[in-house]
This record gives sequence, structure tokens and C-alpha cells, in this order.
Amino acid sequence: MATALRHEPNDAAELRSSRRRLVIDSLGIIASVLGFGVVYGLSARAAGFSLVEAMAMSTIVFAGGAQFAAVGYVASGVAWPGIVVLTAFLNARHLLYAAGLAPYLAHRSRSLRAVLAFFLTDETFAMSIAHFNRIGRADLAGYGFAALAATFVPWNVATAAGVLLGGSIPDPTRFGLDVIFPAAMGGLAVGLISGRRELVAGLAAIAIALSVSIAWDPAAGLIAGGVLGPLAGIAMPPAVRTKGAAPA
Amino acid sequence: MSVRLVVLALLMAAVTYPSRALPLVTPGIERLPRLALEYLRLVGPAVLCALAAVSVGIVLDAARHPSLHIGFEWVAVLACVAVVAWRRNLLFGLVVAVALVAGVRALAAV
Repeated sequence: MATALRHEPNDAAELRSSRRRLVIDSLGIIASVLGFGVVYGLSARAAGFSLVEAMAMSTIVFAGGAQFAAVGYVASGVAWPGIVVLTAFLNARHLLYAAGLAPYLAHRSRSLRAVLAFFLTDETFAMSIAHFNRIGRADLAGYGFAALAATFVPWNVATAAGVLLGGSIPDPTRFGLDVIFPAAMGGLAVGLISGRRELVAGLAAIAIALSVSIAWDPAAGLIAGGVLGPLAGIAMPPAVRTKGAAPA
Repeated sequence: MSVRLVVLALLMAAVTYPSRALPLVTPGIERLPRLALEYLRLVGPAVLCALAAVSVGIVLDAARHPSLHIGFEWVAVLACVAVVAWRRNLLFGLVVAVALVAGVRALAAV
């Protein structure tokens, strides 16, 4: 992997510009997180979760898909071991996110990386990897913003609102907010595609993820696409790249 | 107020955290072979594309059986991708996507 170019005089300006873009990009994601946090709170309340229990899920587990699934399974009376196994399966995709960010964060202390890992979600990964890719290195403040300000805090505030305010909140899908997540993931992927390899990896991941999702399960589809898509990308001859690589 | 499910939350977190942390705290990842680092670089676009496609293209029925969903949401996501590629502005792309979906749903409800 090419080493990131060092051009110190422009670093500060480049960092400011990328952080500004990170904040602007996060606005739509915050709206999505708020909308679905409220829906999660409503669902948890309907399934009999207390405020403390719903909030414990959002603060301790902090994984929307697994939390929604757990609400459904708790309401259906599924035994806890089954829910825990399902959670491990649903969240196994985080291995890929952590592996993707690892080269950028390799030079940070292990204890710091262990803390950063707790806040690693779909949204945190998407915003951080795009930001790191733009500046060619890690930026802890940027990661902190993506993880805390744009995801953790809105998700927890919205969870509490959903539980406390109940049915007085309108369904966010009425306003099209359900399209924000896939659109944001697609839009952030555009920022990472700078050559044939990335394009082929992305397209292959889409085909593989959809096929495996239909044949088996969406969680397995995400993992298969994320694992096999890059292999298809690597099979392509590399394009000439000038920046954006993780520091090796 | 019940707190019984807090224990379930702790168990769920206990199986979630390792997948978030293991690759990050494993020593020596920066010393991986060039090809392995190139693979990791491609994980980003691959995972984001897979997330977008599965989120918009797969629906689960009440029994959590998956099926392919072809709807206007695909057009909205592609519109967002096109706007981002053109203007490099995700927020603008998201506004376009949400407006398209909200508009079509409002028309369908009439």
C-alpha cells in the first residue's frame, strides 16, 4: 500500500476542510439516527422494556440492528442464549470495520484503540473512513465527532424520547427518513472510490451481499460482501493513486 | 422499574465488543504485507456498498425471511450517489433522496 503523501504546509487547511465536510455530511446521518432511535424506543416500550432497559441497550450494546432484533425476540419470548448468539452473528460485520480502520490507528496506544472500538458502528465507520481517506491519516477529533456527536448521543437521546413520548411521535418512514441510511452509505462510498479496484470491490460487494442475503440472511450477506468484494478488487490491476492510502 | 433486561444488554455487549476491538488492538497490523493492507483499504468501499444495497434492497417478513425489494427507494439512493459524485455534497444528496421518497409516498397515499 502506498504511503500517504506528506505535504505539511497544506495539512492544517486540508484537515479543517475535511472536518467541515465531516460535520456537513453528518447532518443527514444525525437525522436518520434520531428518527430510528425514536422508533427503537417506541418498539422497546411496546415490547415491555422499561426506560432503564431500553437505555441500557442503547448505551451498552449500541448496535441498532441487533437492538431492533432483540426487541422482536424478547417480545416473542425467545430465550436469552438465542438472542445473544444472534447478536454475535449480526454484529460480526464490525470485524471488517475495525480491520478497515486498523491501519490508520495502528500507531495509537492500544488502550485508546480499545476505547475507540466501543463506539464503532456502521455510521461511525462510514464517516470516519471517508474522513481518514480524505486526509490520508487518522484524526481522533474527527472519529470522536462521528462516534459521539453524530451517533452515540443522538441515538441515546432518541431512544429516551421514544420510550418517554410513546405514540405521540409520528412514524419517520412517512417523511422518507428510512432512505437516509442506505443513501448515506452509498454517498460515503463514492468518496472512497478513486479507481478501478475500489469500484470493482464495491460492485462485487453489492452483487455478493444481495445474493447471500436472499439465499440466507442479510447479516451473512453483509459479511460475505465485505469479505469477498475486496478480493474482486484486488484482482484488478491497480490505478495510479496519489493520496488517500492508510499510513503503512 | 424493571432492570432484568440490563443483564441481557451486558451479554449482548460482551459478544459485540470483541468484533469491534480485536482487529484494532491486535499488534502488528501496520506490518502486514502490502497485499493485505491493500485488501483492508478495499474493505471500506466494499462494506459501504454492501450496507447500502442490503439496506435498500432486502426486506424481512414477520418471520425474518429475506426477499428482494425493488422500489422507488433504489432510485432515491442512486440519485443521492449521483449527486455526491457530481457535487461532492452528501447532505445535498440526502435531501434529494428523502424528498424523492417522501414525495412519491405522499402521491401514492392520495
